[in-house]
Amino acid sequence: MGSISILLVGKVLPYLEQELDKRYNLFRAIDPSQRAAVLRDHASSIRAVVASSSGGPDAALIEALPKLEIVSSFSVGVDRIDLQKCKEKGVRVTNTPDVLTDEVADLTIGLILAVLRRICECDRYVRSGNWKKGDYKLTTKFSGKTLGILGLGRIGAAVAKRAEGFDCSICYYSRNEKPDSKYKYYPSVVELASNCDVLVVACPLTPETHHIINREVINALGPKGVLINIGRGKHVDEPELVSALLEGRLGGAGLDVFEKEPHVPEELFGLENVVLLPHVGSATVETRTAMADLVLDNLEAHFLGKPLLTPLV
Amino acid sequence: MDSELPALLVLGPPMVFNLFQSHYSHKYRFLNFFSSHLPLPQFLQTQHAHPTSVRAILCNPRQPVTADVIRSLPSLGIVATTTVGADHIDTAECRRRGIQVVTLGSQFAPDVADMAVALLIDVMFKISAGDRFAKKSIHFKPWSFPSGSKLGGKRVGIIGLGRIGGEVAKRLEAFDCIIMYHSRNKNPSVSYTFYSNVVDLASNSDVLVLCCPLTEQTKYIVNKEVMLALGKGGIIVNVGRGALIDEKELVQCLMKGEIRGAGLDVFENEPNVPKELFSLDNVVLSPHAGAITLDCFMDACEHVAKSFDAFFSS
Repeated sequence: MGSISILLVGKVLPYLEQELDKRYNLFRAIDPSQRAAVLRDHASSIRAVVASSSGGPDAALIEALPKLEIVSSFSVGVDRIDLQKCKEKGVRVTNTPDVLTDEVADLTIGLILAVLRRICECDRYVRSGNWKKGDYKLTTKFSGKTLGILGLGRIGAAVAKRAEGFDCSICYYSRNEKPDSKYKYYPSVVELASNCDVLVVACPLTPETHHIINREVINALGPKGVLINIGRGKHVDEPELVSALLEGRLGGAGLDVFEKEPHVPEELFGLENVVLLPHVGSATVETRTAMADLVLDNLEAHFLGKPLLTPLV
Repeated sequence: MDSELPALLVLGPPMVFNLFQSHYSHKYRFLNFFSSHLPLPQFLQTQHAHPTSVRAILCNPRQPVTADVIRSLPSLGIVATTTVGADHIDTAECRRRGIQVVTLGSQFAPDVADMAVALLIDVMFKISAGDRFAKKSIHFKPWSFPSGSKLGGKRVGIIGLGRIGGEVAKRLEAFDCIIMYHSRNKNPSVSYTFYSNVVDLASNSDVLVLCCPLTEQTKYIVNKEVMLALGKGGIIVNVGRGALIDEKELVQCLMKGEIRGAGLDVFENEPNVPKELFSLDNVVLSPHAGAITLDCFMDACEHVAKSFDAFFSS
């Protein structure tokens, strides 16, 4: 297998990069500027691409790799990969579902609590010595609140299950209503936002869901509403979100993803009702290792002619 | 007219007092004893309130309702505190005089349980540390590992399975945690594994959550031995009382990595917090805010108001 050429186009766990290096002939074009040189020298030998949430093969790259057989993504989201092009060219695509569902759901609840109960602000308050001057202010209870989930897939369902332990009511919006679900369905995102206290974005990023959280939705969520984004930055019209938070039209936000990562809107830094995370998402060593193993196992299966473990295409 | 409203003598004051006063100013004539340096009889004189007109007290631990206070008020019939405990009230004297003592029930158990889970997830996933990191610069660098660990499958040892402990257990079960507990007595109505010995509980846990009251028996219930038994991967969450943990030992264990991390809402000598903790990323610190939510305060106000209503109308 050492002679199989693979191209890495996204940032991945060091363990994965090391293993790919060991097992394959690994080329790197994580920085788009590296692409031209790699393609010039190796385009005709590359049989696989490894992608991640930070980078994936677009149509142009897929076209430029005549021997490309498989794209294996170190992520569950595949918005960076031109799936249509892959389908056309008979290129297989795998991702890493399920292994990170629990982590992301755990983190989501943690983010909600951090925003509503001002956990990060409380921590700052103690560390700065301000507690000696007086108690911290009243915060907002989470238990019993209504949670609106945008996208009731694996992650959305896992978030809902946890929220039920807090006696929350659950409602959701999905492309299609799920007949087996016990939760209340709203046929539009605006209606969902109008009827919940906390809105969680947990759907895949597609052209249809780009900026699905826009000014109308944000206003519907309202001055007491909280937005939690654990999907993709592009789900949210970020400038609209920032102005809504600054103007008090939205009650608070917990964000693990941003439109132009790693750029973070500076205007949000001083807001006590906003919690920002540097895209930690699936960031546990166990999960990221499991994701890496899934990428490696999918590639191995493919090159051995065995069935793929987690194919999307 | 003010003088027609029943007088309510306020000691403390309770944290909920501003809220209570804003909602119930039409019902009572507040005598704010908490802001006076005078002895009670003189204070009442300055308020033109005859001692016999004071039938009700609203208080909290900041200012004890002593036998002296009680004896100064011959018509006193009800003392309400916005806490669960009544250590700051001379309940023996109240009993002798047939004075009703009203405390809070478990209205705030969900809020405190929410805080416990919030602290646990924060320590596990470094949420506060992440927020600090993300707000430092407009371009965040790669977040370095090792980082979080999912809750599923973690063994959580709850010390004190009362109302709060029970609410914590219920929430963490939804995360697929394995719940175990130590209490004064085994609870036959729960299926969680009971440990009569805290060191054994700690040896078999990944997380310890402290939800019990502070008594002579529970002081320093989490000591060095327990922390070492919990081990280097272990996390402690304290939403009970600071003195449940030997704080000096805790600081040492955290600094040396003898335990993985801690989420602390309470401390031995509030509002003083050991400075060594301020530079650690594996601790999350909260200013005894477990029950400080608007919902909780409103519930407490309503509970107290209802008790006063029942008293004044009987």
